[in-house]
Amino acid sequence: MIVLIHPILFHLLVNLHFPLNFAANLKATAYMKKQWWKILCVVLLLYTIIGGFLMNVPQREVIQESIRNLYFHVCMWFSMMILFTVSVVNAVKYLRNNDLKYDNLSRQYAVVGIVFGILGYSTGMIWASFTWADPNNPASASFASIAKDPKLIGAAIALLIYFAYLVLRDSIEDIDKKARISSVYNIFAFALLFPSIWIIPRILESLHPGGQGNPALNPQDIDARMRMVFYPAVIGWTLLGVWIVSLKVRMKNLKEKTFYR
Amino acid sequence: MAIENPDTGTWNGLFWIIQLFISINAVAKSFLQESKNRMLYYQSIAGPVNFILAKLLFNSVLMLIMSAISFILFALFMNYPVERSAVFIGLVFLGGWSLSLVFTFLAAIAAKAQQNAAIMAILGFPIIIPQLLILMKVSGTVFDAATVIPVLNILLLFASDLLVVLLSVLLFPFLWKD
Repeated sequence: MIVLIHPILFHLLVNLHFPLNFAANLKATAYMKKQWWKILCVVLLLYTIIGGFLMNVPQREVIQESIRNLYFHVCMWFSMMILFTVSVVNAVKYLRNNDLKYDNLSRQYAVVGIVFGILGYSTGMIWASFTWADPNNPASASFASIAKDPKLIGAAIALLIYFAYLVLRDSIEDIDKKARISSVYNIFAFALLFPSIWIIPRILESLHPGGQGNPALNPQDIDARMRMVFYPAVIGWTLLGVWIVSLKVRMKNLKEKTFYR
Repeated sequence: MAIENPDTGTWNGLFWIIQLFISINAVAKSFLQESKNRMLYYQSIAGPVNFILAKLLFNSVLMLIMSAISFILFALFMNYPVERSAVFIGLVFLGGWSLSLVFTFLAAIAAKAQQNAAIMAILGFPIIIPQLLILMKVSGTVFDAATVIPVLNILLLFASDLLVVLLSVLLFPFLWKD
């Protein structure tokens, strides 16, 4: 919840002047042009949360109502991959233009991607405790068999790679050198990440669904009712990640301005 | 366990973990002991693509020799459960080659980040896990003469090695400017 509340509060504080100038038509349209996606994000997330809990879902034996977690758990992973992709695109942009703005963007997208990955793990843990864990076995035995799942290993590799990216960034002092070397590592690690996340779970057997073909993107794999909430949910969560990144970039710019003054 | 002979699964896992450590140390030594003066000299006489290809080639050969030595020692000191030797030797060379390629490029990155060997291990460990998993899975099949060898996985390993070489050649020029 803190993840959701923080940007909204900050945004309200920063834009407190807006209601006072609502009469000025020019300012209202300028605001809408730049910030329309934030309103879209809030609308989509409200739709996800309300629709996710109230709309009908297909009934399965073991999983029952907790299938609604699809809108949260799977969306987290999708958003994480999208944010990491944007991070690597910014790394490539930095190497072409040598503008430190892209390097900062690359770092912030990686950080928010890590946050979404950790959230994905938490939602997955909650989901697994209701569906995969055997209430007759002690918790440690269940955990051992779940932790060997290849998708979990692939996701852990992704998070470890980006943690190593942050460690690499902190070990270099000079900002240009830091930007260049961490961009190179970002691109290298990302290109090797995709084989590991997508191919390995399909080679090794898994508890996760989707062992044949693309999980969640395959039209036969997901019910039409769930698809109605799922696709907007992915967009909504990704926009939330982008919003958080934009706030972090603005905070960093403000910090640098006060430092140089 | 050090005295008794391990079973096939343990033998396999132990072998690949030791290969991992061998490759980290061998490759780290080759790249990280270049002094600044020597790097400046290399920069003046050769281009970045030639330099990284030379390093990749040298580390591959070094790793092949190291893999062969470690394989012979392993076979001598612990019992030899491998049924299909030819396939396993091929796998040893393929695995050693893949490890050396990845760690060469990571050593190039670590050399710019204050020459710390520990950072190379931190950077390399997540990237090498999937390749190690596939290697262990494929080499697990050589202990029984009857099981089918998964050729697709071997081709996959080969393809990812080529990917690593391509990426190194593309990205090294950015590391070269100093």
